[in-house]
Amino acid sequence: MATDIRIDYYPTHEHEGIKFRRGHALPFGATMVPNGINFSIYSSAAISCTLVLFERGEDAPFAEIPFPEEFRTGNVYSMIVFDLDYERLEYGYRMDGPFKPEEGHRFDKSVILCDPYAKAIGGRDTWLATPNWDDVYPYRSRLVFEDFDWENDHALETPIEDLVIYEMHVRGFTQHPSSGVKNPGTFAAIRSKIAYLKELGINCVELMPIYEFDEWENSRENPATGGLIVNFWGYSTVNFFSPKAGFAATGKFGMQVDELKTLIKELHKHGIEVMLDVVFNHTAEGDHRGHTISFRGIDNKTYYMLTPEGYYFNFSGTGNTLNCNNPVVRNMVLDCLRYWAADYHIDGFRFDLAAILGRDQNGAPLSNPPLLESLAYDPILAKCKLIAEAWDAGGLYQVGSFPAYGRWAEWNGKYRDALRKYLKGDEGMVGEMVQRIQGSPDLYYYRGPTASINFISCHDGFTLYDIFAYNEKHNEANGENNNDGGNDNHSWNCGVEGETDDPEINRLRHKQIKNALTLLMVSQGVPMILSGDEMATTKGGNNNTYCHDNELNWVDWSLLEPKQDIFHFAQRITKFRRAHPVLRSATHFEHRDYVGSGYPDISFHGTQAWQCDHSESSRCLAFMLDGAHAKRGTILDDTIYVAANMYWDALYYELPVLPEGKKWHLAVNTDMPSGQDIFEIGKEPMIEDQQRFLVGPRATIILIGK
Amino acid sequence: MAFTIQTVVEEQTAKMTLAGELDSLSARVFQTEIEKIANQPINELVLFMEKLDFMSSAGLRVLIFSKQKVGSHLSIYIVKAQELILDTLEKTGLHHSVNIVDEYPVL
Repeated sequence: MATDIRIDYYPTHEHEGIKFRRGHALPFGATMVPNGINFSIYSSAAISCTLVLFERGEDAPFAEIPFPEEFRTGNVYSMIVFDLDYERLEYGYRMDGPFKPEEGHRFDKSVILCDPYAKAIGGRDTWLATPNWDDVYPYRSRLVFEDFDWENDHALETPIEDLVIYEMHVRGFTQHPSSGVKNPGTFAAIRSKIAYLKELGINCVELMPIYEFDEWENSRENPATGGLIVNFWGYSTVNFFSPKAGFAATGKFGMQVDELKTLIKELHKHGIEVMLDVVFNHTAEGDHRGHTISFRGIDNKTYYMLTPEGYYFNFSGTGNTLNCNNPVVRNMVLDCLRYWAADYHIDGFRFDLAAILGRDQNGAPLSNPPLLESLAYDPILAKCKLIAEAWDAGGLYQVGSFPAYGRWAEWNGKYRDALRKYLKGDEGMVGEMVQRIQGSPDLYYYRGPTASINFISCHDGFTLYDIFAYNEKHNEANGENNNDGGNDNHSWNCGVEGETDDPEINRLRHKQIKNALTLLMVSQGVPMILSGDEMATTKGGNNNTYCHDNELNWVDWSLLEPKQDIFHFAQRITKFRRAHPVLRSATHFEHRDYVGSGYPDISFHGTQAWQCDHSESSRCLAFMLDGAHAKRGTILDDTIYVAANMYWDALYYELPVLPEGKKWHLAVNTDMPSGQDIFEIGKEPMIEDQQRFLVGPRATIILIGK
Repeated sequence: MAFTIQTVVEEQTAKMTLAGELDSLSARVFQTEIEKIANQPINELVLFMEKLDFMSSAGLRVLIFSKQKVGSHLSIYIVKAQELILDTLEKTGLHHSVNIVDEYPVL
């Protein structure tokens, strides 16, 4: 009823039949208000701004309304426009101002600009549907509704040490024809696989970028294969507040927000947290040769780190670097994460190339980066997990030294490298392994083991199978003459490069995968596995598959049958970790008995009990976790003994003596064939010889004292 | 095809027959009908959709609005909806909040 409308929601101006009035400077973005929409946008250097309105999908705008000068407050333009069909509306801006790159300004009023605070983007609604290349406004800002019915859902707030993270790509997870789902490659399809994720035993999914990006960015024909190279991984953000429409089966109806929220709600119902891999280090606009989509045309100098000559610093390796410690950009990042935490119930964030977030506006590392501090102390993000990829492409490597403020965890790249080297039998690794399996106290002494996200494989690099099938990368399919991708893979092909029919080599590869999974799951810290590793997927030795929308990145579900020994092992070792709190300490070990059990919380061993061999040629590592010290003595767990033998011959390991009445039981022996390699929890057989155990060549065992 | 809606209230059941295309403009008509019944002691809302050819996100949102306006005790029945509409309900998870049936009363 018109009489119910507040007096400040009546129009005062009219432009070509469209009614409007002065708007509210905050919040930024487009917000529904009674009978209208409030538009608000910031630019520090524009001399004028025009709101551009489209009917959804139309080639030409139906209105362009210049902001009257009196509608500007400081550097913020705001206006309320009345009687718009907000479901059919797409909007953008034209900004007028100087084009003086040497001064940092690149205004171009001929370009229609996407709103940095848009909550949905149109234009790439269906994955790889050919866009209209002549579109005057290819990435179109849209509004979303805030009426999703969450019922009683909220973020799960699982203690981080209890998580088993599963890194996945939304499309890659179900796009393969073998996935057997109804809407492959979408948020909806992941819902169909929740039972599988539960069966595997993980309790957190980390979604590779789902902010709106353009899969067509830098797309080209692959000279090596003739296929199309696209931006598959999505580490190139068009808009930070919008979910990728092309990942939604309902994207073509503009309902990607509902579909994603439904997925999160369903995962939460099953006890699975949702973490987002977020990319705030750069945008899709590239360097000075790139397209102007949004930030560059709105306020280039604010949003990007620029050289004194006005070019783009490139600490991200992708052309530009977001100016994260500019106060305005810092607020945008904060607003964005708050929005995802509050409106999407996201449980945590993993920050891509996060070291960039700690650089000042000239690129120098800050000792107390305001953005990282703000995120750590933010009240809305207070329970969210914050995880840094603690390095960048500009050479800043902060694993172990990332500014943490008591909150931040890190992808532990040193854990990955040490585990790979140890598993392939490198010399001199036992000393470092002692640190890594304890949650890397050498790196995180004051932060605790929960600062360490442990992983051996991730999207970037070899799959777990390929670590044991390739000595070298094989990236020819990327069309860059095998020059892209890292060369420090620390991998070993077990005797033959790539696929082989040799049963002994294949048996060894499977054993090595089981060794890797075992050591990952018994390490203190937070384990993360790469989607598909549980069924030994291969990328054919390609360690940089960012550009492939094909089998190289699609999880091949048909492998579940031939690789069922790996899947069963992954499933059981994951459940083993979750069943034993002594494996999931929130604090570092003290190497002493502080509960009076007669045993230290952790002790290290070798082929002789109580004597860990740290010598250069040693490849033997054993350790015992005293169950009486689980969770600092608050929970009574079994005692767990792990022995890894990365020597090429079997070796006897003398076992520590258990307290009177307890016996060693065999939980895991990776040297044994499937069916005898890992036992169900509670059904571990007692071993005959309680004094010593013959650990096979390149094998790992777990014994339980109970 | 223009959107039409006919409403009949029988005791604690509101029956609405929807036809045509339910887009953002016609959704307002649908919502007005919901508001009319919201203050009545309704326990069941039955939506006959056999002749509804299209429902946009605005239409789906009215379903959410119905529950929020009338209360969580409201049972919503969607009768004979076309495949496209059912598919959208499923993908967005709204099928958990409504009863999808082939006929009403449910046998």
